[in-house]
Amino acid sequence: MLNRLLLNHYEAAAVILSCIGLTNLLLQRNMIKKIIGLNIMDTAVYLFLAAKGYISGRTAPIYYLDANGEWVNQVQAYVNPVPAGLVLTGIVVSVSVTAFALALTLRLYEHYGTLNIDEALFLLEHKYELEYSSYNDDDELLYEFGVDNRDMIKAANEAASKSMNDKGGDEDHA
Amino acid sequence: MPNAFAFNIPFVSIFLAMLTAIITPLIPVKAGIKNINKATLPERVTCCVIALIGVLSALLLFALNADEPISFRFMMGHFPAPWGNELRAGPLEAFLALAFSISMLLSLTGNFDATAYDISERRRPAFCVLVNLLMASLLALLYTNDLFTAYVFIEINTIASCAIVAVKEGGKAVRAALRYLVLSMAGSGLILISICILYDITGHLLMEPMHNAIINIINTGNYINPLTVALYLMTVGLAVKSALYPFASWLHDAHGSATNASSSILSGLVLKGHIFLIIKIFCRIFGIDIIHLLRMDTQLLIFGLLGMIMGSVHAIGQSEAKEMVAWSSVAQVGYIFLGIGLNSNAGIAAACLHVTIHAMIKPMLFTAVGGLSAAAGHKKGLHELMGTFYANRWAGIGFMAGACSMMGIPTFAGFASKLSLTMAAFESRAIIWALAALAASSVLNA
Repeated sequence: MLNRLLLNHYEAAAVILSCIGLTNLLLQRNMIKKIIGLNIMDTAVYLFLAAKGYISGRTAPIYYLDANGEWVNQVQAYVNPVPAGLVLTGIVVSVSVTAFALALTLRLYEHYGTLNIDEALFLLEHKYELEYSSYNDDDELLYEFGVDNRDMIKAANEAASKSMNDKGGDEDHA
Repeated sequence: MPNAFAFNIPFVSIFLAMLTAIITPLIPVKAGIKNINKATLPERVTCCVIALIGVLSALLLFALNADEPISFRFMMGHFPAPWGNELRAGPLEAFLALAFSISMLLSLTGNFDATAYDISERRRPAFCVLVNLLMASLLALLYTNDLFTAYVFIEINTIASCAIVAVKEGGKAVRAALRYLVLSMAGSGLILISICILYDITGHLLMEPMHNAIINIINTGNYINPLTVALYLMTVGLAVKSALYPFASWLHDAHGSATNASSSILSGLVLKGHIFLIIKIFCRIFGIDIIHLLRMDTQLLIFGLLGMIMGSVHAIGQSEAKEMVAWSSVAQVGYIFLGIGLNSNAGIAAACLHVTIHAMIKPMLFTAVGGLSAAAGHKKGLHELMGTFYANRWAGIGFMAGACSMMGIPTFAGFASKLSLTMAAFESRAIIWALAALAASSVLNA
């Protein structure tokens, strides 16, 4: 068992990394950390593919001149090019998904002033939704990443009640 | 061999949808013509293209039924089989493409009012881009014969379907889209790992050579463990995307808070694209004997039964009409996975029938709920919809018909698929559990 793991140490590392990435993607509360987890997972898959496509002692599948000045065009001289193609496609896909996820996170932050989806749900249930460009000073606790969640919810709760009081006051005034 | 015209239809229909996705943002929203039915020019172009794809699929279906070899392969880029990329078309693919384009067309045209209410005119071309991308990726998932192409289009589908949730203004939709995106990304990560493992142990990405290599693996007994892991990862990844019960927590949120046209398309079609990919992988790559050998069928059966019951139970507990309809999707997906889990020809045929029928009925239900809630002044709660039948009779009739069909009352479409599922269950050993769950779920739906 250990022997096999040592023989395939690249693959073992890839599996461990992808597990770390998946755990981060599913269990982190902060969206940015989730996205970092996604990228770790994707990179681990590329490591796996690259390790699988490599054949020791061979070079990249590009024509080259050997020591005698002749073109090398034998299949036996090159590693498998298909995994490289797959990695390339995978990188493109991963970049676009990351960009899209970051854009959505930005929108979430504009609406709720938080990077935490669960907290956004809490704010939603308490009818507390920030208008565009009004998220500046009164809920600064929310900006701190990685604060204990109970503190954040407590802070959000206070902010929500405060905001509702403010709105109620405005209506009375009007 | 069908004629040259029919031979090119699978590629042309995918290409048409992609091309329309590129040109719709270039079409001016405020053209000289008056906007009919609140539909802007890009939306009308999109509808025309989808109708054209539907006509082409119908032609393909007729051509395939007329000639002797009822399926064919289309080489992409003229590289022969083990290396090149291929599309494959058979009667089932052509029929589903036809059903999907009809359903897509009706979900768009039926919801012009709601779309105009929810999405500002400036964003309407972007909405059309997403609809076209979804259409292209669904068609590609139907027709592709290559596993990695399937992965790429799964990702296109993921991005487009999350964006089509977020296109509605307001924080709720953004939050739902993010939640959907996170689980979808986890699912597609698992699918990617599974494809890599399958490629490493078989050496192929096309479905037929992969199938032969897998038969070889089973016969020689080498690498059975990686094969099992790959099958389980693939199934879990696709099950997350097609909302099999324990992985379906994103569905009610995403489908409930999107605009009506998006909910219809997502619930009716996007889930079905992934389910069809599972069916394809089970039948064409592994083969149903090997699925049975690796015990995947029993597990899908159990989760399908669980989904049927829990989806209905959750649906009863909802207070918003759209969320209730969304949870009922989870129950219907459970029926489809029950059919796949029976792992017989009859079971898979019943699953395909239910895919088609649900792809028609669920958009109708969402559209009808949208019509009713528009009549009630864009309120969402179930009790607020009381009495709206008199304000919008057609939506009321549509909702009644859809609900009857979901329950499986005879003469409605849902009855046919439930009957065929039951008949398939009679041939299987799991009959008692399947029948009990079918009965319980039908009662709960009612």
